[in-house]
Amino acid sequence: MNFSELVTESIRTLFINKMRTGLAVLGIVIGIGSVIALVSLGESSKQAVQSQIQSLGANLLTISPARQTTGRVAGAAGGGTTLTYDDAKAIENSTELTTIANVAAVYSGRSQVVAGGNNTNTTVMGVTPSYATVRKITLSSGSFITERQLTSMSKVAILGPTATEDLFGEDANPVGQTVRIGGQNFQVIGVTKAKGGSGASNQDDIIYVPLTTAQKRLFGVKYVSSIYIEAKSDKLMTAAQNEIGYFLLDIHGISDVSSADFTIMSQEDILETASSVTGTFTTLLSGVAAISLIVGGIGIMNIMLVTVTERTREIGLRKALGAKDKVIIDQFLIESVILTTIGGVIGIFLGVLASFLYAKYSSSTFVVSVGSIFLAFAVSAAIGILFGWYPAKKAANLEPIEALRYE
Amino acid sequence: MAISSIIKVTNLSKIYKNDLVETVALDNISFEIKKGEFVAIMGPSGSGKSTLMHIIGALDKPTSGTYILDGANVSKLTKDELAEIRNKKIGFVFQAFNLLPRTPAIKNVMLPMAYAGVSKEKRITLAEKYLKMVGLQDRMYHTSSQLSGGQQQRVAIARALVLNPSIILADEPTGNIASAQADEIMEIFEDLNDKGNTIIMITHEEDIAEHAERIIHIKDGKIFADGKDHLRRRIKKVG
Repeated sequence: MNFSELVTESIRTLFINKMRTGLAVLGIVIGIGSVIALVSLGESSKQAVQSQIQSLGANLLTISPARQTTGRVAGAAGGGTTLTYDDAKAIENSTELTTIANVAAVYSGRSQVVAGGNNTNTTVMGVTPSYATVRKITLSSGSFITERQLTSMSKVAILGPTATEDLFGEDANPVGQTVRIGGQNFQVIGVTKAKGGSGASNQDDIIYVPLTTAQKRLFGVKYVSSIYIEAKSDKLMTAAQNEIGYFLLDIHGISDVSSADFTIMSQEDILETASSVTGTFTTLLSGVAAISLIVGGIGIMNIMLVTVTERTREIGLRKALGAKDKVIIDQFLIESVILTTIGGVIGIFLGVLASFLYAKYSSSTFVVSVGSIFLAFAVSAAIGILFGWYPAKKAANLEPIEALRYE
Repeated sequence: MAISSIIKVTNLSKIYKNDLVETVALDNISFEIKKGEFVAIMGPSGSGKSTLMHIIGALDKPTSGTYILDGANVSKLTKDELAEIRNKKIGFVFQAFNLLPRTPAIKNVMLPMAYAGVSKEKRITLAEKYLKMVGLQDRMYHTSSQLSGGQQQRVAIARALVLNPSIILADEPTGNIASAQADEIMEIFEDLNDKGNTIIMITHEEDIAEHAERIIHIKDGKIFADGKDHLRRRIKKVG
């Protein structure tokens, strides 16, 4: 009996008990499907984070306040108050620093914003004029904050496209109109182009105001959330990082590097951190999915054991008619491998479909690695062999006499 | 002797052991069966006739003694070699027919040939030929549930014959069949025997056994009588 005959024979047998076959396959479908879906989900969020960070430019450095430590209690990261607009100005005006091109300081907070009858709670960012250059922000209409507006603490605002839509409706041009931010009237002077991003890092659901206005008029703070620095070239990143670091330590009067009250990160550092976070997340989710795959495999073994018991007489007959142990093993192994590969193929299909739908409705990139599909296929076949082996061996070890007698 | 022995059993014993008891199923049995013979093995239940059938059928190994089937010493073979002997040298006919469920008659007949490595085309031709021989040319694609007991047993006989075995080993072949159909089955056996096939039939029914030309009686694991005087069917045929 050759291989293709065993395969057709197995498919015929599996079709006899459709319900049972279907349920056994379902376990593998769920396992493989969730592995595929979760891996590509992780992959797409990783790519989203990477492209977002890369779009900011490779020559960008971010200075953040170090986390505050009160006694032995560490505060939240980025919540520090140690950086000021003066730091930014000092860096910008320093003649010692030769590696930097532009400096921008930012204070970021959330506020209730009202325009007409519309109401939204969004990120309000106090920025310096150079922010547009440093963060590569382009306007679809109007103009960005000027140096004069910054010094005079003008109540002007630039809206992101999402914020515009929330406050003024789709396709509206709000330039010249008024929005109320934190109970004060601001004149809209510009709208930025869509940049994308999601969740907390959405750069479209945002309102820019002059930094001084945000600090004094809106939030009543003296510090900044971060300072962005554009280096002259992406080859000078390490030099810039060191230069700025020692410069700031000097200004802050700190002599010990390890007690610095700020951190300087390049895009590469941020990318690495973000990737490792999404990587851990993906690994964790895939682990959960892999467990469901193992449970599916156990289901296959269970079904195969039932099948062997049920077909004891048939196995006895086959042996009496001259089937060698190997043929019996092959027959049952092929059956379980067919079960798991059918499950695998359906699972791959559903997993890809799920990640496609997710990408479509969350407007993120649809990423499916061909490698993970092949791997999933191989894994499902391997599960068939792994969990089908014991039942197949059990079938082959049946004594023909006992098997023939079995009622 | 002109006709050679196809089965030669010498001092054959089979003892079943479990923790507490030793049961002697076959006690030092010796006999020979010649090519072309039609032998019935008779005995009450528990006499050891099923054990003997299993050993003759290469389904089980004796505890001691030798069993030579068509020149091969079966008592010394490995599991796979036994499977090959069963496949090529023995045609089984079981009391419960043992056809594959939900499988057409022709596929059942083809099964032993598949294990013997016969090509698919040849399997189909041979299966058709033997199904015609047992009178089932119109039922080749019926599954067992669509066949009567007698028809199922005829499929089983066709299956036993396809690889041209040295012996046909029938275990209570009419035990599950209505008596009218049982006679048809016995006629097929007689025809096969007339064509030169060696048939060994295990039964406990006197009238079925009398279709054979020789009856070996077994009782308490020993041969109790071995007679060739049951020539009723021969006489009947001649007369």
